[in-house]
Amino acid sequence: MRKIAWGREWLALLICLVHVLPFYILTTTSFKAYDDFSSKWVAPGYLYLDNFVNAWREADLDRALVNNAIVTLGSGVLIVLIGSIASYPLARHRTPLNRAVYGVFVSALIVPPLTILVPLYKFMVDIGGMNQLWGIILLHVTFSLPITIFLYTGFISSIPYELEEAALIDGAGRFKLFYLILLPLLKPITATVVILTCVNIWNDFQFSVFFLQKKEMHTITVALSGFFSQYNNYIGWVAAGSFLGAIPITLVYLFLQRYFIQGLSSGAVKG
Amino acid sequence: MNLKSLVRFVPERLWNSPAWLNLLYVPALLLFGLFILYPFIRGLMYSFTNWDGYSQTFKWIGLSNYRRMFSDPDVARVIRNTFIYGLGSALFQNIIGLAYALFLNQNIRMRALTRTIIYLPAIISPLIMGYIWYFFFQYNGGAINDVILLFADEPVNLLGDPDTNVWMITIVNTYQFLGVAMVILLAGLQVIPKDFHEAATIDGAGALSRFRHVTWPLLAPAVTVSVVLNVIGGLKLFDVITAMTNSGPGYSSASLSTLMYQLYFGRQDAGYAATIGNLMFVIISVVSFTFLFYLKRRETSLA
Repeated sequence: MRKIAWGREWLALLICLVHVLPFYILTTTSFKAYDDFSSKWVAPGYLYLDNFVNAWREADLDRALVNNAIVTLGSGVLIVLIGSIASYPLARHRTPLNRAVYGVFVSALIVPPLTILVPLYKFMVDIGGMNQLWGIILLHVTFSLPITIFLYTGFISSIPYELEEAALIDGAGRFKLFYLILLPLLKPITATVVILTCVNIWNDFQFSVFFLQKKEMHTITVALSGFFSQYNNYIGWVAAGSFLGAIPITLVYLFLQRYFIQGLSSGAVKG
Repeated sequence: MNLKSLVRFVPERLWNSPAWLNLLYVPALLLFGLFILYPFIRGLMYSFTNWDGYSQTFKWIGLSNYRRMFSDPDVARVIRNTFIYGLGSALFQNIIGLAYALFLNQNIRMRALTRTIIYLPAIISPLIMGYIWYFFFQYNGGAINDVILLFADEPVNLLGDPDTNVWMITIVNTYQFLGVAMVILLAGLQVIPKDFHEAATIDGAGALSRFRHVTWPLLAPAVTVSVVLNVIGGLKLFDVITAMTNSGPGYSSASLSTLMYQLYFGRQDAGYAATIGNLMFVIISVVSFTFLFYLKRRETSLA
Protein backbone atom coordinates (compact mmCIF):
# COMPACT_ATOMS: atom_id res chain seq x y z
CA MET A 1 0.00 0.00 0.00
CA ARG A 2 1.12 3.48 -0.81
CA LYS A 3 1.74 5.99 1.92
CA ILE A 4 -1.18 8.32 2.52
CA ALA A 5 -0.43 12.04 2.49
CA TRP A 6 -2.67 13.09 5.36
CA GLY A 7 -2.35 16.80 4.70
CA ARG A 8 -3.97 16.39 1.31
CA GLU A 9 -6.71 14.20 2.69
CA TRP A 10 -7.63 16.78 5.32
CA LEU A 11 -7.61 19.54 2.74
CA ALA A 12 -9.91 17.47 0.51
CA LEU A 13 -12.23 16.91 3.44
CA LEU A 14 -12.29 20.64 4.18
CA ILE A 15 -13.15 21.44 0.55
CA CYS A 16 -15.96 18.90 0.64
CA LEU A 17 -17.38 20.41 3.82
CA VAL A 18 -17.37 23.93 2.39
CA HIS A 19 -19.14 22.75 -0.73
CA VAL A 20 -21.90 20.81 1.02
CA LEU A 21 -22.64 23.73 3.35
CA PRO A 22 -25.52 25.07 1.21
CA PHE A 23 -27.11 21.63 1.22
CA TYR A 24 -26.74 21.44 4.97
CA ILE A 25 -28.54 24.77 5.42
CA LEU A 26 -31.22 23.67 2.96
CA THR A 27 -31.77 20.52 4.99
CA THR A 28 -31.98 22.15 8.41
CA THR A 29 -34.34 24.80 7.05
CA SER A 30 -36.67 22.36 5.39
CA PHE A 31 -37.03 20.15 8.47
CA LYS A 32 -37.80 22.99 10.85
CA ALA A 33 -41.26 23.76 12.25
CA TYR A 34 -42.87 27.10 11.45
CA ASP A 35 -42.57 28.40 15.01
CA ASP A 36 -38.95 27.37 15.40
CA PHE A 37 -36.88 30.53 15.08
CA SER A 38 -33.51 29.02 15.89
CA SER A 39 -30.58 29.76 13.62
CA LYS A 40 -30.40 27.91 10.31
CA TRP A 41 -27.04 26.53 11.41
CA VAL A 42 -28.72 24.58 14.19
CA ALA A 43 -30.20 21.23 13.20
CA PRO A 44 -33.71 20.63 14.55
CA GLY A 45 -33.72 18.00 17.26
CA TYR A 46 -37.05 16.56 16.11
CA LEU A 47 -38.57 15.04 13.01
CA TYR A 48 -41.00 17.37 11.29
CA LEU A 49 -42.27 16.64 7.80
CA ASP A 50 -45.17 19.08 7.37
CA ASN A 51 -43.06 21.38 5.19
CA PHE A 52 -42.62 18.60 2.66
CA VAL A 53 -46.27 17.62 2.71
CA ASN A 54 -47.39 21.21 2.23
CA ALA A 55 -44.84 21.99 -0.46
CA TRP A 56 -45.69 18.86 -2.39
CA ARG A 57 -49.39 19.71 -2.32
CA GLU A 58 -49.31 23.48 -2.77
CA ALA A 59 -46.72 23.50 -5.56
CA ASP A 60 -48.45 20.59 -7.31
CA LEU A 61 -45.15 18.82 -7.52
CA ASP A 62 -46.53 15.46 -8.65
CA ARG A 63 -47.95 16.95 -11.82
CA ALA A 64 -44.86 19.06 -12.33
CA LEU A 65 -42.71 15.97 -12.02
CA VAL A 66 -44.72 14.15 -14.69
CA ASN A 67 -44.52 17.16 -17.02
CA ASN A 68 -40.79 17.39 -16.45
CA ALA A 69 -40.35 13.73 -17.29
CA ILE A 70 -42.41 13.98 -20.48
CA VAL A 71 -40.58 17.08 -21.68
CA THR A 72 -37.13 15.69 -20.93
CA LEU A 73 -37.74 12.25 -22.38
CA GLY A 74 -39.50 13.55 -25.48
CA SER A 75 -36.77 16.09 -26.13
CA GLY A 76 -34.00 13.59 -25.49
CA VAL A 77 -35.33 11.08 -28.01
CA LEU A 78 -35.85 13.72 -30.70
CA ILE A 79 -32.45 15.31 -30.08
CA VAL A 80 -30.64 12.01 -30.55
CA LEU A 81 -32.70 11.07 -33.59
CA ILE A 82 -32.63 14.37 -35.46
CA GLY A 83 -29.12 15.29 -34.36
CA SER A 84 -27.43 12.01 -35.25
CA ILE A 85 -28.92 11.68 -38.72
CA ALA A 86 -28.21 15.33 -39.47
CA SER A 87 -24.55 14.90 -38.57
CA TYR A 88 -23.94 11.95 -40.87
CA PRO A 89 -23.85 13.84 -44.18
CA LEU A 90 -22.17 16.81 -42.46
CA ALA A 91 -19.31 14.60 -41.30
CA ARG A 92 -18.97 12.33 -44.33
CA HIS A 93 -19.63 14.57 -47.31
CA ARG A 94 -17.87 17.83 -46.79
CA THR A 95 -19.13 19.64 -49.84
CA PRO A 96 -19.06 23.43 -49.71
CA LEU A 97 -22.82 23.39 -49.12
CA ASN A 98 -22.53 21.01 -46.20
CA ARG A 99 -19.70 22.97 -44.68
CA ALA A 100 -21.88 26.06 -44.79
CA VAL A 101 -24.80 24.21 -43.20
CA TYR A 102 -22.52 22.94 -40.46
CA GLY A 103 -21.26 26.47 -39.91
CA VAL A 104 -24.79 27.76 -39.47
CA PHE A 105 -25.60 25.12 -36.87
CA VAL A 106 -22.40 25.51 -34.90
CA SER A 107 -22.34 29.30 -34.87
CA ALA A 108 -25.53 29.12 -32.80
CA LEU A 109 -23.47 27.49 -30.04
CA ILE A 110 -22.22 30.88 -28.98
CA VAL A 111 -25.43 32.87 -29.02
CA PRO A 112 -28.06 31.95 -26.44
CA PRO A 113 -31.57 31.63 -27.90
CA LEU A 114 -32.86 33.76 -25.06
CA THR A 115 -32.03 36.83 -27.15
CA ILE A 116 -34.91 36.07 -29.53
CA LEU A 117 -37.44 35.64 -26.74
CA VAL A 118 -39.88 38.36 -27.83
CA PRO A 119 -40.40 37.26 -31.44
CA LEU A 120 -40.26 33.61 -30.41
CA TYR A 121 -43.10 34.15 -28.00
CA LYS A 122 -45.20 35.67 -30.76
CA PHE A 123 -44.37 32.80 -33.09
CA MET A 124 -45.33 30.20 -30.48
CA VAL A 125 -48.67 31.96 -29.97
CA ASP A 126 -49.24 31.94 -33.74
CA ILE A 127 -48.63 28.21 -34.15
CA GLY A 128 -50.62 27.29 -31.04
CA GLY A 129 -47.59 25.99 -29.19
CA MET A 130 -48.16 28.02 -26.03
CA ASN A 131 -48.86 25.99 -22.89
CA GLN A 132 -48.29 22.79 -24.84
CA LEU A 133 -45.67 20.27 -23.93
CA TRP A 134 -44.95 19.62 -27.61
CA GLY A 135 -44.26 23.34 -28.03
CA ILE A 136 -41.57 23.46 -25.38
CA ILE A 137 -40.19 20.11 -26.57
CA LEU A 138 -39.66 21.49 -30.08
CA LEU A 139 -37.92 24.53 -28.61
CA HIS A 140 -35.63 22.44 -26.43
CA VAL A 141 -34.80 20.19 -29.36
CA THR A 142 -33.97 23.12 -31.63
CA PHE A 143 -31.82 24.86 -29.04
CA SER A 144 -29.95 21.63 -28.28
CA LEU A 145 -29.21 20.89 -31.93
CA PRO A 146 -26.04 23.01 -32.18
CA ILE A 147 -24.18 21.17 -29.40
CA THR A 148 -25.64 17.83 -30.55
CA ILE A 149 -24.57 18.27 -34.16
CA PHE A 150 -21.19 19.60 -33.06
CA LEU A 151 -20.52 16.52 -30.94
CA TYR A 152 -21.91 13.94 -33.38
CA THR A 153 -20.14 15.43 -36.40
CA GLY A 154 -16.85 15.52 -34.55
CA PHE A 155 -17.30 11.94 -33.41
CA ILE A 156 -18.36 10.53 -36.78
CA SER A 157 -15.41 12.23 -38.47
CA SER A 158 -13.10 10.39 -36.09
CA ILE A 159 -14.47 6.98 -37.09
CA PRO A 160 -12.41 5.41 -39.91
CA TYR A 161 -14.26 5.40 -43.20
CA GLU A 162 -13.00 1.90 -44.18
CA LEU A 163 -15.83 0.18 -42.34
CA GLU A 164 -18.45 1.94 -44.38
CA GLU A 165 -16.45 1.54 -47.57
CA ALA A 166 -16.38 -2.21 -47.08
CA ALA A 167 -20.12 -2.33 -46.52
CA LEU A 168 -20.67 -0.11 -49.54
CA ILE A 169 -18.74 -2.53 -51.72
CA ASP A 170 -20.85 -5.34 -50.30
CA GLY A 171 -23.82 -3.51 -51.76
CA ALA A 172 -25.37 -1.85 -48.76
CA GLY A 173 -27.27 1.37 -49.49
CA ARG A 174 -26.03 4.59 -47.99
CA PHE A 175 -28.91 4.91 -45.55
CA LYS A 176 -28.47 1.32 -44.49
CA LEU A 177 -24.82 2.08 -43.84
CA PHE A 178 -25.82 4.68 -41.35
CA TYR A 179 -28.10 2.64 -39.18
CA LEU A 180 -26.33 -0.71 -39.54
CA ILE A 181 -22.70 0.30 -39.25
CA LEU A 182 -22.53 3.74 -37.73
CA LEU A 183 -25.41 3.85 -35.29
CA PRO A 184 -24.06 1.10 -33.01
CA LEU A 185 -20.71 2.90 -32.89
CA LEU A 186 -22.34 6.09 -31.72
CA LYS A 187 -23.29 4.80 -28.25
CA PRO A 188 -20.62 6.58 -26.20
CA ILE A 189 -21.14 9.97 -27.83
CA THR A 190 -24.90 9.51 -27.53
CA ALA A 191 -24.49 9.13 -23.77
CA THR A 192 -22.56 12.41 -23.73
CA VAL A 193 -25.16 14.18 -25.84
CA VAL A 194 -28.04 12.93 -23.71
CA ILE A 195 -26.39 13.95 -20.45
CA LEU A 196 -25.26 17.39 -21.62
CA THR A 197 -28.60 18.32 -23.16
CA CYS A 198 -31.08 16.57 -20.87
CA VAL A 199 -29.66 18.04 -17.66
CA ASN A 200 -30.26 21.50 -19.10
CA ILE A 201 -33.74 20.59 -20.25
CA TRP A 202 -34.70 19.01 -16.94
CA ASN A 203 -33.49 22.13 -15.10
CA ASP A 204 -34.78 24.68 -17.56
CA PHE A 205 -36.54 27.67 -16.11
CA GLN A 206 -35.98 30.58 -18.47
CA PHE A 207 -37.98 29.09 -21.35
CA SER A 208 -40.51 27.05 -19.43
CA VAL A 209 -41.60 30.09 -17.43
CA PHE A 210 -42.57 31.87 -20.67
CA PHE A 211 -44.08 29.06 -22.64
CA LEU A 212 -45.75 26.98 -19.93
CA GLN A 213 -47.75 29.57 -18.04
CA LYS A 214 -50.86 27.48 -17.43
CA LYS A 215 -50.72 25.71 -14.10
CA GLU A 216 -51.46 22.26 -15.52
CA MET A 217 -48.39 22.53 -17.74
CA HIS A 218 -45.90 23.73 -15.12
CA THR A 219 -42.59 21.93 -14.84
CA ILE A 220 -40.76 21.69 -11.51
CA THR A 221 -38.88 24.99 -11.74
CA VAL A 222 -41.93 26.94 -12.90
CA ALA A 223 -44.09 25.38 -10.19
CA LEU A 224 -41.45 26.24 -7.58
CA SER A 225 -41.13 29.86 -8.69
CA GLY A 226 -44.89 30.36 -8.42
CA PHE A 227 -44.87 28.64 -5.07
CA PHE A 228 -41.98 30.76 -3.86
CA SER A 229 -43.61 34.08 -4.70
CA GLN A 230 -46.85 32.96 -3.05
CA TYR A 231 -45.39 31.57 0.17
CA ASN A 232 -42.37 33.81 0.55
CA ASN A 233 -42.86 33.99 4.31
CA TYR A 234 -43.04 30.26 4.88
CA ILE A 235 -39.34 29.73 4.51
CA GLY A 236 -39.60 26.10 5.63
CA TRP A 237 -42.05 25.35 2.83
CA VAL A 238 -39.85 26.99 0.24
CA ALA A 239 -36.85 25.03 1.49
CA ALA A 240 -38.76 21.77 1.42
CA GLY A 241 -39.99 22.53 -2.10
CA SER A 242 -36.45 23.24 -3.29
CA PHE A 243 -35.25 20.09 -1.56
CA LEU A 244 -37.87 17.95 -3.32
CA GLY A 245 -37.21 19.67 -6.64
CA ALA A 246 -33.49 18.90 -6.45
CA ILE A 247 -33.81 15.25 -5.42
CA PRO A 248 -34.55 13.47 -8.73
CA ILE A 249 -31.60 14.83 -10.69
CA THR A 250 -29.28 14.51 -7.70
CA LEU A 251 -30.12 10.82 -7.44
CA VAL A 252 -29.54 10.28 -11.14
CA TYR A 253 -26.24 12.13 -10.84
CA LEU A 254 -25.02 10.13 -7.86
CA PHE A 255 -25.76 6.82 -9.59
CA LEU A 256 -24.40 7.80 -13.00
CA GLN A 257 -21.79 10.35 -11.97
CA ARG A 258 -19.01 8.64 -13.88
CA TYR A 259 -20.94 9.27 -17.10
CA PHE A 260 -21.69 12.86 -16.17
CA ILE A 261 -18.04 13.69 -15.62
CA GLN A 262 -16.81 11.66 -18.59
CA GLY A 263 -19.48 13.28 -20.74
CA LEU A 264 -18.37 16.78 -19.87
CA SER A 265 -14.67 15.92 -20.20
CA SER A 266 -14.96 14.20 -23.56
CA GLY A 267 -17.35 16.88 -24.85
CA ALA A 268 -14.85 19.56 -23.86
CA VAL A 269 -11.72 17.85 -25.10
CA LYS A 270 -13.31 17.35 -28.53
CA GLY A 271 -14.01 21.09 -28.66
CA MET B 1 -38.10 -2.45 -49.65
CA ASN B 2 -36.49 -2.03 -53.02
CA LEU B 3 -37.25 1.57 -53.72
CA LYS B 4 -34.90 1.49 -56.67
CA SER B 5 -37.25 -0.54 -58.83
CA LEU B 6 -40.01 2.01 -58.23
CA VAL B 7 -38.00 4.92 -59.51
CA ARG B 8 -36.28 3.35 -62.48
CA PHE B 9 -36.34 6.56 -64.40
CA VAL B 10 -33.76 8.02 -62.02
CA PRO B 11 -30.37 7.43 -63.62
CA GLU B 12 -28.14 5.11 -61.63
CA ARG B 13 -25.45 7.74 -61.17
CA LEU B 14 -27.88 10.24 -59.69
CA TRP B 15 -29.42 7.63 -57.44
CA ASN B 16 -26.09 6.73 -56.01
CA SER B 17 -25.08 10.31 -55.44
CA PRO B 18 -24.19 11.03 -51.82
CA ALA B 19 -26.17 14.25 -52.15
CA TRP B 20 -29.29 12.25 -51.25
CA LEU B 21 -27.87 11.93 -47.79
CA ASN B 22 -28.29 15.65 -47.35
CA LEU B 23 -31.96 14.91 -46.83
CA LEU B 24 -30.93 13.68 -43.40
CA TYR B 25 -30.26 17.18 -42.13
CA VAL B 26 -33.44 18.67 -43.52
CA PRO B 27 -35.46 18.08 -40.30
CA ALA B 28 -32.77 19.80 -38.23
CA LEU B 29 -32.53 22.66 -40.70
CA LEU B 30 -36.31 23.06 -40.70
CA LEU B 31 -36.48 23.36 -36.90
CA PHE B 32 -33.56 25.76 -37.00
CA GLY B 33 -35.20 27.98 -39.55
CA LEU B 34 -38.58 28.02 -37.82
CA PHE B 35 -37.52 28.50 -34.21
CA ILE B 36 -34.29 30.47 -34.58
CA LEU B 37 -33.80 32.23 -37.93
CA TYR B 38 -37.40 33.31 -38.53
CA PRO B 39 -37.88 34.72 -35.00
CA PHE B 40 -34.49 36.39 -35.22
CA ILE B 41 -35.54 38.31 -38.34
CA ARG B 42 -38.88 39.18 -36.80
CA GLY B 43 -37.03 40.42 -33.73
CA LEU B 44 -35.02 42.85 -35.84
CA MET B 45 -38.32 44.11 -37.21
CA TYR B 46 -40.04 44.52 -33.84
CA SER B 47 -37.18 46.63 -32.56
CA PHE B 48 -38.30 49.37 -34.95
CA THR B 49 -41.87 49.36 -33.63
CA ASN B 50 -43.77 50.29 -30.50
CA TRP B 51 -45.47 46.87 -30.33
CA ASP B 52 -46.97 46.01 -26.92
CA GLY B 53 -46.67 42.25 -27.21
CA TYR B 54 -50.28 41.27 -27.83
CA SER B 55 -52.07 43.81 -30.09
CA GLN B 56 -52.50 43.09 -33.77
CA THR B 57 -51.34 46.58 -34.64
CA PHE B 58 -48.23 48.60 -33.99
CA LYS B 59 -46.54 51.71 -35.30
CA TRP B 60 -43.15 51.97 -36.94
CA ILE B 61 -41.07 54.30 -34.85
CA GLY B 62 -37.73 54.10 -36.61
CA LEU B 63 -34.69 54.18 -34.36
CA SER B 64 -36.51 55.48 -31.27
CA ASN B 65 -36.03 52.26 -29.31
CA TYR B 66 -32.31 52.29 -30.00
CA ARG B 67 -32.00 55.96 -29.09
CA ARG B 68 -33.93 55.28 -25.89
CA MET B 69 -31.70 52.32 -25.12
CA PHE B 70 -28.46 54.24 -25.41
CA SER B 71 -29.68 57.05 -23.17
CA ASP B 72 -31.37 54.80 -20.58
CA PRO B 73 -29.41 54.85 -17.29
CA ASP B 74 -31.03 51.53 -16.29
CA VAL B 75 -29.59 49.91 -19.39
CA ALA B 76 -26.12 51.25 -18.63
CA ARG B 77 -26.33 49.72 -15.18
CA VAL B 78 -27.68 46.45 -16.56
CA ILE B 79 -24.87 46.18 -19.14
CA ARG B 80 -22.35 46.69 -16.35
CA ASN B 81 -24.08 43.96 -14.29
CA THR B 82 -24.10 41.60 -17.26
CA PHE B 83 -20.36 42.04 -17.69
CA ILE B 84 -19.76 41.42 -13.99
CA TYR B 85 -21.86 38.25 -14.18
CA GLY B 86 -20.12 37.07 -17.31
CA LEU B 87 -16.48 38.02 -16.83
CA GLY B 88 -16.49 37.97 -13.02
CA SER B 89 -17.90 34.45 -12.76
CA ALA B 90 -15.63 33.17 -15.53
CA LEU B 91 -12.58 34.61 -13.78
CA PHE B 92 -13.43 33.21 -10.33
CA GLN B 93 -14.62 29.87 -11.68
CA ASN B 94 -11.44 29.30 -13.63
CA ILE B 95 -9.02 30.39 -10.91
CA ILE B 96 -10.68 28.23 -8.27
CA GLY B 97 -11.41 25.50 -10.80
CA LEU B 98 -7.74 25.39 -11.80
CA ALA B 99 -6.62 25.27 -8.18
CA TYR B 100 -8.98 22.36 -7.51
CA ALA B 101 -7.96 20.58 -10.69
CA LEU B 102 -4.25 20.83 -9.82
CA PHE B 103 -5.00 19.67 -6.29
CA LEU B 104 -7.11 16.70 -7.41
CA ASN B 105 -4.60 15.70 -10.08
CA GLN B 106 -2.52 14.20 -7.27
CA ASN B 107 -2.71 10.98 -5.39
CA ILE B 108 -5.63 11.52 -3.04
CA ARG B 109 -7.85 8.81 -1.65
CA MET B 110 -10.82 11.16 -1.32
CA ARG B 111 -10.39 12.37 -4.85
CA ALA B 112 -13.49 10.80 -6.42
CA LEU B 113 -15.72 11.92 -3.58
CA THR B 114 -14.34 15.46 -3.65
CA ARG B 115 -14.84 15.71 -7.39
CA THR B 116 -18.40 14.43 -7.09
CA ILE B 117 -19.28 16.96 -4.40
CA ILE B 118 -17.70 19.94 -6.14
CA TYR B 119 -19.50 19.14 -9.39
CA LEU B 120 -22.85 18.37 -7.76
CA PRO B 121 -24.24 21.96 -7.77
CA ALA B 122 -23.71 22.18 -11.53
CA ILE B 123 -26.40 19.60 -12.23
CA ILE B 124 -29.01 21.24 -10.00
CA SER B 125 -31.36 23.81 -11.47
CA PRO B 126 -29.90 27.32 -11.09
CA LEU B 127 -33.31 28.49 -9.92
CA ILE B 128 -33.24 26.05 -7.00
CA MET B 129 -29.61 26.95 -6.34
CA GLY B 130 -30.70 30.58 -6.09
CA TYR B 131 -33.35 29.69 -3.50
CA ILE B 132 -30.86 27.65 -1.50
CA TRP B 133 -28.50 30.62 -1.33
CA TYR B 134 -31.35 32.94 -0.52
CA PHE B 135 -31.43 31.22 2.88
CA PHE B 136 -27.86 32.42 3.40
CA PHE B 137 -28.39 36.01 2.31
CA GLN B 138 -31.81 36.73 3.88
CA TYR B 139 -31.85 39.90 5.95
CA ASN B 140 -33.82 38.33 8.80
CA GLY B 141 -32.56 34.98 9.97
CA GLY B 142 -30.25 34.37 7.02
CA ALA B 143 -27.36 32.03 7.72
CA ILE B 144 -24.74 34.69 6.98
CA ASN B 145 -26.35 37.29 9.19
CA ASP B 146 -26.53 34.80 12.03
CA VAL B 147 -22.76 34.67 11.89
CA ILE B 148 -22.34 38.42 11.44
CA LEU B 149 -24.58 39.14 14.46
CA LEU B 150 -22.11 37.27 16.64
CA PHE B 151 -19.62 40.07 15.96
CA ALA B 152 -21.79 43.08 15.09
CA ASP B 153 -25.01 44.69 16.26
CA GLU B 154 -26.67 45.13 12.88
CA PRO B 155 -27.38 42.55 10.18
CA VAL B 156 -26.19 43.42 6.67
CA ASN B 157 -28.56 43.63 3.73
CA LEU B 158 -26.40 41.93 1.14
CA LEU B 159 -29.14 41.44 -1.46
CA GLY B 160 -30.92 44.74 -0.83
CA ASP B 161 -27.82 46.85 -1.27
CA PRO B 162 -27.18 47.79 -4.92
CA ASP B 163 -23.43 47.88 -4.21
CA THR B 164 -23.22 44.28 -3.11
CA ASN B 165 -26.11 42.32 -4.62
CA VAL B 166 -24.50 41.86 -8.04
CA TRP B 167 -21.39 40.40 -6.42
CA MET B 168 -23.38 38.07 -4.20
CA ILE B 169 -25.14 36.69 -7.28
CA THR B 170 -21.76 36.34 -9.00
CA ILE B 171 -20.49 34.34 -6.02
CA VAL B 172 -23.47 32.00 -6.20
CA ASN B 173 -23.02 31.47 -9.93
CA THR B 174 -19.31 30.85 -9.32
CA TYR B 175 -20.02 28.32 -6.59
CA GLN B 176 -22.52 26.52 -8.77
CA PHE B 177 -20.45 26.17 -11.93
CA LEU B 178 -16.81 26.13 -10.84
CA GLY B 179 -17.15 22.34 -10.97
CA VAL B 180 -17.51 22.62 -14.74
CA ALA B 181 -14.20 24.48 -14.99
CA MET B 182 -12.61 21.97 -12.64
CA VAL B 183 -13.76 18.92 -14.62
CA ILE B 184 -12.65 20.38 -17.95
CA LEU B 185 -9.27 21.51 -16.63
CA LEU B 186 -8.74 18.19 -14.85
CA ALA B 187 -9.41 16.38 -18.13
CA GLY B 188 -6.88 18.72 -19.75
CA LEU B 189 -4.29 17.96 -17.09
CA GLN B 190 -4.74 14.24 -17.47
CA VAL B 191 -3.88 14.22 -21.17
CA ILE B 192 -0.51 15.87 -20.51
CA PRO B 193 2.03 13.05 -20.84
CA LYS B 194 3.80 12.20 -17.56
CA ASP B 195 7.20 12.04 -19.34
CA PHE B 196 7.10 15.79 -19.94
CA HIS B 197 7.08 16.45 -16.22
CA GLU B 198 9.72 13.81 -15.59
CA ALA B 199 11.97 15.24 -18.29
CA ALA B 200 11.56 18.74 -16.85
CA THR B 201 12.34 17.47 -13.37
CA ILE B 202 15.51 15.79 -14.59
CA ASP B 203 16.50 19.06 -16.22
CA GLY B 204 16.23 20.60 -12.78
CA ALA B 205 12.93 22.45 -13.08
CA GLY B 206 11.11 23.21 -9.82
CA ALA B 207 7.38 22.82 -9.31
CA LEU B 208 6.66 26.43 -10.22
CA SER B 209 8.71 26.43 -13.38
CA ARG B 210 7.26 23.03 -14.38
CA PHE B 211 3.80 24.59 -14.11
CA ARG B 212 4.81 27.65 -16.09
CA HIS B 213 6.68 25.92 -18.88
CA VAL B 214 4.98 22.52 -19.14
CA THR B 215 1.52 22.45 -17.59
CA TRP B 216 0.26 25.91 -18.47
CA PRO B 217 1.03 25.86 -22.23
CA LEU B 218 -0.27 22.32 -22.65
CA LEU B 219 -3.43 23.15 -20.74
CA ALA B 220 -4.26 25.97 -23.16
CA PRO B 221 -6.97 24.11 -25.16
CA ALA B 222 -8.82 23.14 -21.99
CA VAL B 223 -8.58 26.72 -20.71
CA THR B 224 -10.12 27.96 -23.95
CA VAL B 225 -13.16 25.69 -23.64
CA SER B 226 -13.62 26.35 -19.95
CA VAL B 227 -13.33 30.13 -20.19
CA VAL B 228 -15.59 30.47 -23.22
CA LEU B 229 -18.25 28.19 -21.71
CA ASN B 230 -18.25 30.11 -18.44
CA VAL B 231 -18.30 33.52 -20.10
CA ILE B 232 -21.32 32.59 -22.19
CA GLY B 233 -23.04 31.05 -19.18
CA GLY B 234 -22.48 34.16 -17.06
CA LEU B 235 -23.50 36.67 -19.74
CA LYS B 236 -26.93 35.08 -20.13
CA LEU B 237 -27.52 34.63 -16.40
CA PHE B 238 -31.22 34.57 -15.61
CA ASP B 239 -32.43 31.94 -13.13
CA VAL B 240 -30.21 32.77 -10.16
CA ILE B 241 -31.05 36.47 -10.40
CA THR B 242 -34.77 35.74 -10.56
CA ALA B 243 -34.53 33.47 -7.54
CA MET B 244 -32.38 35.71 -5.37
CA THR B 245 -33.42 39.31 -6.04
CA ASN B 246 -35.88 39.26 -8.94
CA SER B 247 -33.58 41.90 -10.52
CA GLY B 248 -34.12 44.31 -7.66
CA PRO B 249 -34.10 46.56 -5.85
CA GLY B 250 -35.25 48.47 -8.92
CA TYR B 251 -33.09 47.15 -11.75
CA SER B 252 -29.94 47.21 -9.64
CA SER B 253 -29.16 43.49 -10.05
CA ALA B 254 -30.81 42.89 -13.44
CA SER B 255 -28.93 41.30 -16.33
CA LEU B 256 -29.87 41.91 -19.94
CA SER B 257 -31.95 38.70 -19.92
CA THR B 258 -33.96 39.56 -16.82
CA LEU B 259 -34.41 43.15 -17.99
CA MET B 260 -35.81 41.89 -21.28
CA TYR B 261 -38.19 39.61 -19.40
CA GLN B 262 -39.42 42.41 -17.17
CA LEU B 263 -39.93 44.84 -20.03
CA TYR B 264 -41.92 42.30 -21.98
CA PHE B 265 -44.07 40.64 -19.34
CA GLY B 266 -44.06 43.31 -16.65
CA ARG B 267 -44.50 46.42 -18.78
CA GLN B 268 -45.79 45.14 -22.15
CA ASP B 269 -42.97 47.03 -23.78
CA ALA B 270 -42.34 44.36 -26.42
CA GLY B 271 -40.71 46.58 -29.05
CA TYR B 272 -38.20 47.86 -26.54
CA ALA B 273 -37.68 44.37 -25.10
CA ALA B 274 -36.87 43.08 -28.60
CA THR B 275 -34.34 45.90 -28.93
CA ILE B 276 -32.69 44.82 -25.66
CA GLY B 277 -32.67 41.26 -27.02
CA ASN B 278 -30.79 42.42 -30.10
CA LEU B 279 -28.29 44.30 -27.94
CA MET B 280 -27.78 41.13 -25.92
CA PHE B 281 -27.22 39.19 -29.12
CA VAL B 282 -24.53 41.61 -30.24
CA ILE B 283 -22.81 41.81 -26.86
CA ILE B 284 -22.69 38.06 -26.31
CA SER B 285 -21.50 37.25 -29.82
CA VAL B 286 -18.84 39.94 -29.82
CA VAL B 287 -17.52 39.08 -26.36
CA SER B 288 -17.57 35.31 -26.92
CA PHE B 289 -15.96 35.47 -30.35
CA THR B 290 -13.31 37.84 -29.05
CA PHE B 291 -12.47 35.43 -26.25
CA LEU B 292 -12.54 32.45 -28.59
CA PHE B 293 -10.33 34.19 -31.13
CA TYR B 294 -7.84 35.42 -28.57
CA LEU B 295 -7.64 32.11 -26.68
CA LYS B 296 -7.30 30.05 -29.87
CA ARG B 297 -4.45 32.24 -31.04
CA ARG B 298 -2.87 31.91 -27.63
CA GLU B 299 -3.06 28.11 -27.94
CA THR B 300 -0.97 28.10 -31.10
CA SER B 301 1.55 30.63 -29.85
CA LEU B 302 2.10 28.61 -26.68
CA ALA B 303 2.31 25.27 -28.43
